[in-house]
Amino acid sequence: MSLNRVFDIAGSAMAAQSARLNTTASNLANADSVSGDPNKVYRARQPIFSAEPSFATTLQSESASVGVRLRGIVESQAPLGQRYAPEHPDADENGNVWTSNVSTVEEMVNMLSASRSYQSSIEVMSTTKELLMQTLSMGRS
Amino acid sequence: MKIDPFANHASALKLRASRNEVLAGNIANADTPNYKARDFDFAKALANVQSGERSNSVRLLKTQPEHFGATAGTPSDPDVGYRIPSQPAVDGNTVETDIEQAAYAENVIGYQASLNFINQKIRGLRTAIKGEI
Repeated sequence: MSLNRVFDIAGSAMAAQSARLNTTASNLANADSVSGDPNKVYRARQPIFSAEPSFATTLQSESASVGVRLRGIVESQAPLGQRYAPEHPDADENGNVWTSNVSTVEEMVNMLSASRSYQSSIEVMSTTKELLMQTLSMGRS
Repeated sequence: MKIDPFANHASALKLRASRNEVLAGNIANADTPNYKARDFDFAKALANVQSGERSNSVRLLKTQPEHFGATAGTPSDPDVGYRIPSQPAVDGNTVETDIEQAAYAENVIGYQASLNFINQKIRGLRTAIKGEI
């Protein structure tokens, strides 16, 4: 029955959005972390979403509804920052440390967008649950 | 006398449920790059179910009355199309959450309306069977 599929779809969306919230939390927490080695600096992490089953598969199959799959988490390739901090124990010979490439504004926007999408999915789920309950009690009133 | 009071509402409920699934998929993929929002015309799909036909499908040509008419798919499968976005996103996603939520709400109300009609008809039949009010 197709109403049951809605729970899978909304559930996959909630899982994906909560992973996005997780990366946002980790990015914001590490926004100010520094390192002396550019390879060891924290880089912003971004989740990659894809539709499941994939777009090409849905074109062939009859089922039109798709959930979300978290395909992976990638590190941002944005340029790292540098800060002059000679008192820092990890500073290089010029007195510079590398700072992470987390954009706080971007992360805040990501957080809002993720929580709104999460709320939409919850709304879809609870509405569908209500519909199912009403369908189950059909003819009893 | 032929009594089939639920026929229309039963198929309407089925279609509403599958539209619910399609729209839920759209809302779920609001942040998925390259996802294209999908939907189908409920009125047309219901008309197709009632007439037992399926639009846009390939049919065998009947040149003789003895020929069989064959269609791809069943009449209950709606023709799901792609929504034309008013503001496409840069990442190729065509879901507009507000539009999807509006369509979802409309669909849910339609589902509940059909349920209500069915319930009323059951009540009417019960009254008729019992012969008392």
